[in-house]
Amino acid sequence: MAVAATPSAGGAYLERYADARRRLAAGSAPWLEGWRRAGAEAFRGAGFPTIKNEGWRFTPLYGLVEGDFSVDAPAAPFDQSRIKGVTFGREAGNRLVFVNGRLRGDLSSLKQLSPGIELLSFAEALASRPRLVEAALGTAPGLAGHPFAALNAAFAADGYVLHLAPGARSEAPIEILWIGSGADKPPVYHPRNLVVAGNGAHATVIEHHVGLCIGAYFSDTVTEIALGEGAVLRHCKVQDESREAFHLALTGARLAAGAHYDSFVHSAGGRLSRNEIHVALEGRRAQCRLNGAYLGRGEQIVDHTTVIDHVSPETSSKELYKGVLDGRARGVFQGRITVRPNAQKTDGQQMNRALLLSDKAEIASKPELEISADDVKCSHGATAGELDDVSLFYLRSRGIPEAEARRLLVEAFLNEVIDSVALAGMRLTLERNIARWMAGPA
Amino acid sequence: MAVTTETREQVKALDKYKYGFVTDIEMETAPKGLDEDTVRFISAKKNEPAWMLEWRLKAFRHWLGMKEPAWAKVSYPPIDFQNAYYYAAPKKKPTVKSLDEVDPELLETYKKLGIPLAEQERLAGVAVDAVFDSVSVATTYKGKLEKMGIIFCSISEAMQKHPELVRQYIGTVVPYTDNFYATLNSAVFSDGSFVYVPKGVRCPMELSTYFRINASETGQFERTLIVADAGSYVSYLEGCTAPMRDENQLHAAVVELVALDDAEIKYSTVQNWYPGDENGKGGIYNFVTKRGACRGRNSKISWTQVETGSAITWKYPSCILQGDNSQGEFYSVAITNNYQQADTGTKMIHLGKNTRSRIISKGISAGHAQNTYRGLVRVGPRAEGARNYTQCDSLLIGDKCGAHTVPYIESKNRSARVEHEATTSKISDDQLFYCRQRGLSEEDAVSLIVNGFCKDVLQELPMEFAVEAQKLVAISLEGSVG
Repeated sequence: MAVAATPSAGGAYLERYADARRRLAAGSAPWLEGWRRAGAEAFRGAGFPTIKNEGWRFTPLYGLVEGDFSVDAPAAPFDQSRIKGVTFGREAGNRLVFVNGRLRGDLSSLKQLSPGIELLSFAEALASRPRLVEAALGTAPGLAGHPFAALNAAFAADGYVLHLAPGARSEAPIEILWIGSGADKPPVYHPRNLVVAGNGAHATVIEHHVGLCIGAYFSDTVTEIALGEGAVLRHCKVQDESREAFHLALTGARLAAGAHYDSFVHSAGGRLSRNEIHVALEGRRAQCRLNGAYLGRGEQIVDHTTVIDHVSPETSSKELYKGVLDGRARGVFQGRITVRPNAQKTDGQQMNRALLLSDKAEIASKPELEISADDVKCSHGATAGELDDVSLFYLRSRGIPEAEARRLLVEAFLNEVIDSVALAGMRLTLERNIARWMAGPA
Repeated sequence: MAVTTETREQVKALDKYKYGFVTDIEMETAPKGLDEDTVRFISAKKNEPAWMLEWRLKAFRHWLGMKEPAWAKVSYPPIDFQNAYYYAAPKKKPTVKSLDEVDPELLETYKKLGIPLAEQERLAGVAVDAVFDSVSVATTYKGKLEKMGIIFCSISEAMQKHPELVRQYIGTVVPYTDNFYATLNSAVFSDGSFVYVPKGVRCPMELSTYFRINASETGQFERTLIVADAGSYVSYLEGCTAPMRDENQLHAAVVELVALDDAEIKYSTVQNWYPGDENGKGGIYNFVTKRGACRGRNSKISWTQVETGSAITWKYPSCILQGDNSQGEFYSVAITNNYQQADTGTKMIHLGKNTRSRIISKGISAGHAQNTYRGLVRVGPRAEGARNYTQCDSLLIGDKCGAHTVPYIESKNRSARVEHEATTSKISDDQLFYCRQRGLSEEDAVSLIVNGFCKDVLQELPMEFAVEAQKLVAISLEGSVG
């Protein structure tokens, strides 16, 4: 049952795509190439993590390590009208669309960017704002020593770069659409995203990951976020990849004093998905909220891993993840809260709940508190179980059919998290997604 | 919160480890170091049957290929396993029927420890199997227990008198391949207690053993085996103190419990070994493997522990809930002060239907100490209707200490209900203010609040221990306020 992933598998993987790396190197600035090479070497040393690695013990990378992907695979043609179906319409005025990790200018639109806000692709930014990229790259928490951050660095070619000048406010949400679409060979892409917000800036970013094909693909994303003093970022992510996809996403956010990072993640797609968020609350009174709602069925593995580091005093974090697991799905929740020795008056609250709908579904959860300051309030909670018999009976006794009653209860269970999403349109979309999921496998 | 000079002095007086003394008894020790000959020496010394020696050697050979575990959140200099004695026995092999025949010097030691055998025998009604550096020297109340068919003796004695029972159960809960320290223990264990409670018998008294590490640089490798046959009940107490010493001492015990149909075992520990001085020098390394198997239907195993001593505690009393409707409980208070480190918790493995487990863990960290709760609740696919409730609370006293919580929760059955809660906080200023305002000194107030914090666990202790434990809680935290 052990995955045949050894450090040598990392080297083999790099060899397989050596051509793609050479193509990337051509025309890249020396600093960039040096950075990519360091990433490649780090990945060669670390290899793919296995279930022997503490952080990956519940998340075996079956099918990924031996997978034969293509770095520059052409996208299969897809019906462009379907893009409309997965975006948030009027609420998003600015939209970047990436297909297999590459920006598609023809599908993107940038209309109403407020003053002081720049939104470009990583490739563009390398050409027009190399200083900005160089300064921001590789600085986020959680990246050091992470095998997939290293792999991402080795192949990073595109992504989005959002730069907010001090005080800049984006009125409309910024929408990023990621489309995975394989033709002959399953594609692999390694997007590197950067968000740099000056003091007091405000923005909302909605990311939508969808698969417009049936086949497999592998997306290995790294998003680096740096928020200046008092900056606010709402980050909403909907992961609805194809059922064969591998989705590994790592987000690292660094917060200055009084900054606020508000993250919501909805995971429903992918054969294997892992959404990992590292937040360093570096300035006083910095705060973050990490919420998530996930759905799993079939053979899906749905992993959410969060690490919150309270570095400074008076910082606070709030976390709520709820998941519903059916079929033979496995849910994984790993959440660590660290409180550094001088981070007094820290408030850290974490909760994760899982609902198991079938006999074969399973949940592994590992909430961790690591506290080295005394004047703190930290707590975590975890529950796992099936739908409450009493509630079900109550609804049935009121004449509601069982299937309907179950749907109501599951929706009610998830609504606690969905309600935390500020955008009304987004909430509707999520509710529709859940209702569709409840109706049965597509 | 300033500490007055007076308090400081009181604390200084109390800080001195009450039980720090060394008894001078001629020891018969195995040569320093560890190899197959050491294992053979120990086995020969104890006149063990051949299968036992075979088992020890298998364990030893397996141990040679193992690595010390490094995952626990504790740090200590590497242990030189060759630089220790693995066997020490009081020279005069006591074959006593009454206390008069016991070496007076030994009796004096027990007196200092607060367990005068004679008094206990008469007043407390507790049968004590006193382990003095590996070999049990006196066993009381044996006659009474024997009449009921209860076997309570040292494991070496059991190996002579009831080899079939020992052979049937030893290593079935903690196999010799289990982990680094358990394997080491399997190879070199010197002595320990053996309890067998026959079918339908309710043990009329609390069985207890006082362990005491005595000879300098002698690691103690206790092995305890308790078997409760169908429908029986037994409550076992274990309490520990050790003399003051600079050299770190290794203690790697193994405790195995087996509960058959409808049987219940209650295992209580008060661990108060030498924790090292206020600068973290010395102290016992306590690397213990404790595990109970609820083999039978409706069986129950309950662990209660008060851990205040040892420089390092590495201990996870666990329950394997195999039988349908079986129950596991874990109640723990772990107090660390100065430079103590504790990484402790439990494992509840739900295998049978309708198995239930309850975990209440209270960690208190003061000074520069690090206190970790590490636990696992696993529900197997066949554990229909399993229930678990876990509560882990940590209290921090002072800004140099750490409290960590690392629970693992794995559920593979939808009808299982698993709940986990953990909190970490300091003593509330409001509570402290309230007590102070009622005229309590700051230390009394803290002691009161901490005892309240631990109440859920302390009330699970048998009466004999409850009083001692409450005092221990207060003493362990002396000097940490302010």
